[in-house]
Amino acid sequence: MPIVTYVHPNGAREVLDVPLGTSVMRAAIVNGIDGIVAECGGEMMCATCHVYVEPDQLDRTPAQSDDEKAMLEFTASERKPNSRLSCQLVATPEFDGLVVYLPETQV
Amino acid sequence: MAAPVVAIVGAGQAGFQAAASLRDAGFPGRVVLVGDEPVLPYQRPPLSKSYLAGQSEADDLWLRAAEFYAKQQIDLVYGDRVTAIDRERRRVHLASGTEFVWDHLVLATGARCRPLPVPGSELDGVLALRTLADADALRQRLSDAGEVAVIGAGFIGLEFAAVAIACGARVHIIEITHHPMGRVVSEPVSRFFTEAHIGWGAEISLGTGVTQILGASGRVAGVETSDGRRIRAKLVLICIGVVPNAELARDAGLDVDNGIVVDEWLLTGDPAISAIGDCANFPTPFAADRVRLESVQNAVDQGRCVADRLVGRVGPYQKVPWFWSDQGDLKLQIAGITTGHETSVLRGDPANRNFSVFCFRGGRLIGVESVNRTADHVVARRLLAGDPGLSPQQAADERYDLRAHARKLPAR
Repeated sequence: MPIVTYVHPNGAREVLDVPLGTSVMRAAIVNGIDGIVAECGGEMMCATCHVYVEPDQLDRTPAQSDDEKAMLEFTASERKPNSRLSCQLVATPEFDGLVVYLPETQV
Repeated sequence: MAAPVVAIVGAGQAGFQAAASLRDAGFPGRVVLVGDEPVLPYQRPPLSKSYLAGQSEADDLWLRAAEFYAKQQIDLVYGDRVTAIDRERRRVHLASGTEFVWDHLVLATGARCRPLPVPGSELDGVLALRTLADADALRQRLSDAGEVAVIGAGFIGLEFAAVAIACGARVHIIEITHHPMGRVVSEPVSRFFTEAHIGWGAEISLGTGVTQILGASGRVAGVETSDGRRIRAKLVLICIGVVPNAELARDAGLDVDNGIVVDEWLLTGDPAISAIGDCANFPTPFAADRVRLESVQNAVDQGRCVADRLVGRVGPYQKVPWFWSDQGDLKLQIAGITTGHETSVLRGDPANRNFSVFCFRGGRLIGVESVNRTADHVVARRLLAGDPGLSPQQAADERYDLRAHARKLPAR
């Protein structure tokens, strides 16, 4: 199972086994990682599962859809080039070792 | 003085959010969250979409894992029902005999499916879709349903119909008005989805009521329509809207009128009682009249608004309403409330399955319905949060840059 590291704004790190086919968002919710709100449950109707992907690992993640790009306009924290909606980061074997940074706020 | 207690009745999306947001906001007192379903708080939208289609499982539905509630010191009581509110002694009584004292009470009692008062509605195979248990029953029967009748062409009925067809069922949709989803969408969107469902293979009878549900040996066999036809069905879904669960409030002497009546701060006539989510009837700057909305957005934002008020961050509830519906390969996204619009213009082309309808009243944009067009939806949410200042001509002109327009607006 890919191991994904979630880094909180204060630097605290939490490490999860994310099953293949499960999103980085869902894994955080199931495992009680604070900092992912996921208001719409992964329907790409909100931007409250915003994460920053470690910049040099962006190529391991699936391409951004136009819908995701549009919805990223609603992030409560600054949108950066490595901003993603974690509901769209569905784990593949390439995710092993992925590091995502949680934003200061989701709402 | 003892720490204050907030009791929340109803552990759906709104009740859950109120509890979670109280803790996010640093509320120091006790938080009690009571739900009558025998499971953890869960998301309802997938019940008529991915969960029904077997693309997600119950574990994908929980709003939070069980540990969350202990960690956040939320006293979650589920599988028990509040039977009465005692306003004088500030207590709620539960079916189990338990009672809780409260300093503030939040009613998030939701809604239930409106029953269809015709003979035969008690037959085996006549189902509704509101709860996880409902969805489980439907999912089980859908695999070998064969012929399915859907009574009511609202969001739930049409979402169910799309899933049922994809599962191989023969689907007949029966709608009493001439406009599927007509209570919430404009005529062009209603017509577009009607044609889409016909394209997927559904039969649709519009302007048609149901006079009885037919059965044989206790099991459903079909429905009889108001124009005298008999439509065969092994499975009948009744989805003709909901009734707000307002009886507790009414019995406690609170105002009830299509839901529990609250003011712009989501307070009932009793300053110690709020109501939020599907059960709350509230004034809004986004409609000419009071509204009662059934949506995730409404539940979440109202839960948060009440939590903020209870920690002293007082402000009226003024969030832009938004909704979505997934049907087949079509994603419908709505920003604002388009009911009562006077004019509308199209942006994009329905023939390409990619368009929006911009709805205006008194020359002002009041809502936008988008089909497979998230970019318009995003802009619409931004525009509606302030004075949109968008003319129908600009909205209809695909060369006119809506994002640039939105960026120029001052924030409200």
